[in-house]
Amino acid sequence: MTWTQMQPLLTQACVDTLYMVGWSTLVAALGGVPLGVLLVLTDRGGMLRNLAVNRVVGAVVNVGRSLPFVILLVALIPFTSAVVGTFIGPTAAVVPLAVGAVPFFARLVETAVREVDRGLVEAAQAMGGGTGTVVFKVLLPQALPSLVAGLTTTVIVLIGYSAMAGVVGAGGLGDLAHTYGYQRFETTLMLVTVAVLVALVTLVQLLGDAAVRLLGRRERTG
Amino acid sequence: MITTTDLTKVYRTRDREVTALDGVNLHVQEGEVHGVIGQSGAGKSSLIRCVNLLETPTSGTVTVDGRDLTALAGRGARPSAALRQARSRIGMVFQHFNLLSSRTVRGNVELPLEILGLGRAERRRKALDLLDLVGLAPHARAHPAQLSGGQKQRVGIARALAGDPKVLLSDEATSALDPETTASVLALLRDLNRQLGLTVLLITHEMDVVKTVCDSASLMRDGRIAESGTVRELLATPGSALAAALFPVGGPPPEDGDRTVVDVTFHGAATGRPLISQLARTYHVDVSILGAAMDTVGGAQIGRMRIELPGRFSDNVVPIGFLREQGLAVEVVTGAAPADAQASAAPTKEATR
Ligand SMILES: Nc1ncnc2c1ncn2[C@@H]1O[C@H](COP(=O)(O)OP(=O)(O)O)[C@@H](O)[C@H]1O
Ligand SMILES: [Mg+2]
Repeated sequence: MTWTQMQPLLTQACVDTLYMVGWSTLVAALGGVPLGVLLVLTDRGGMLRNLAVNRVVGAVVNVGRSLPFVILLVALIPFTSAVVGTFIGPTAAVVPLAVGAVPFFARLVETAVREVDRGLVEAAQAMGGGTGTVVFKVLLPQALPSLVAGLTTTVIVLIGYSAMAGVVGAGGLGDLAHTYGYQRFETTLMLVTVAVLVALVTLVQLLGDAAVRLLGRRERTG
Repeated sequence: MITTTDLTKVYRTRDREVTALDGVNLHVQEGEVHGVIGQSGAGKSSLIRCVNLLETPTSGTVTVDGRDLTALAGRGARPSAALRQARSRIGMVFQHFNLLSSRTVRGNVELPLEILGLGRAERRRKALDLLDLVGLAPHARAHPAQLSGGQKQRVGIARALAGDPKVLLSDEATSALDPETTASVLALLRDLNRQLGLTVLLITHEMDVVKTVCDSASLMRDGRIAESGTVRELLATPGSALAAALFPVGGPPPEDGDRTVVDVTFHGAATGRPLISQLARTYHVDVSILGAAMDTVGGAQIGRMRIELPGRFSDNVVPIGFLREQGLAVEVVTGAAPADAQASAAPTKEATR
């Protein structure tokens, strides 16, 4: 296979991968942040102490986290079909990817938010701040560097998962490596695909690290 | 301005109960700086945190500026809107400053103003005014990490003043600072107290803090207030542990034997009169001065002296009576003194630790 033959395939695969990872990251962020914050607030000593809610949410998150992604992929087929209308293609893959990523990111959010100094929460409460103030003006802004680091990790995990989803017909780079590289022995294409995946992961990590460093600069002197 | 009535706080953990406050009746007058001093674990932080209900008292009431805050507390862990409103009028500063590293200095001062719902322009103006008041206007755009400890605490104070509070609570605000910075932060608190008529309740474990800024003080021990009063009253109270710690006389420890050792405290006009030489001349006694000090406590000149008179207490009743008549606080340390004077020697030592 020549480069001109490979290029459109690779471009389409990249677009599909970015599409799957992009949407599932968005859902992971939108779902993971509230869940993670809720886990902290409802825990013992939290502002919205409610152990029943805490246990239930904690259990759901744990189950979501401990299921191997391949199982999730298969188990969610009926659900995906119901939501998207099909279980093949990049859009369908977003469903299991997001379902897997939400609890993963939620735990990272929980850890990041827990690390915020209790004294800061207390200071906001002493000024007359309520839960909203504490969450949006103290917890989230203070945890932002850790949240960004957690999101970076989540994106990288999602790139890996999306490749796995590719094997079962989601499209994207994983699909390309599998159908051409593995099934049709297009070794060059497979190697190029792997190189693109590695480059993608590296790029995400570098961008994430740079963002964390930029945000973290304010905590240090200078 | 601040009154607590039979305030108790019991912390219940899984395996034990800790009674941090055991019936505290605190009374802070409007416009005064009141210091609460005590050893670590005495319950000082619990007390100040109960005043703005950061900690819910187990029983008892807290009244600030005529409002019973305990009645405003909501159910469970969530504070009611009324309590939050009341809190926004009570400033608080903390030992570890508790500034948001995610915001600039100005942003930190603006936070309480955001909670109060002020508009952007007004917040900015007010925050800059407050920073000017604490001498930090040039650092408005810096991040807290770029400031020294003393500067951070000034930001903390500016932030605490944002809600135009009548009351400022300070929990060991200078304990993380070096002595020089401590002095400047205390001077700032004193100025604010004078200029704005701010009532200040401050918690400390350092006697020097009480000495420098407080009009009145309370000594806490094991969750109770052991002594309380204006600094002047305390110094005039025989056997006051706070007075002894505020102003140690020094001098060698009294020996038992055929002599009487007394501590004499002078204030006001008495500091200027030659009372000891009068005593020696009038009663023909040889007075030895074992130790003496002059100091400024709560803005007033105070002198203390430990003197020794020959003979047992019973031989010295008349000269001691003379000193008392002159308006001095006289405390007999040894010399087969009456029971009450004897008893006072013990707590004196404990408070100095
Ligand atoms: N949140 C808490 N849970 C359990 N025990 C506490 C808590 N806060 C304080 N205590 C206990 O209450 C007592 C008084 O503490 P504190 O008010 O912090 O004293 P101080 O500020 O005078 O050092 C101590 O024995 C302390 O261990
Ligand atoms: Mg304390």
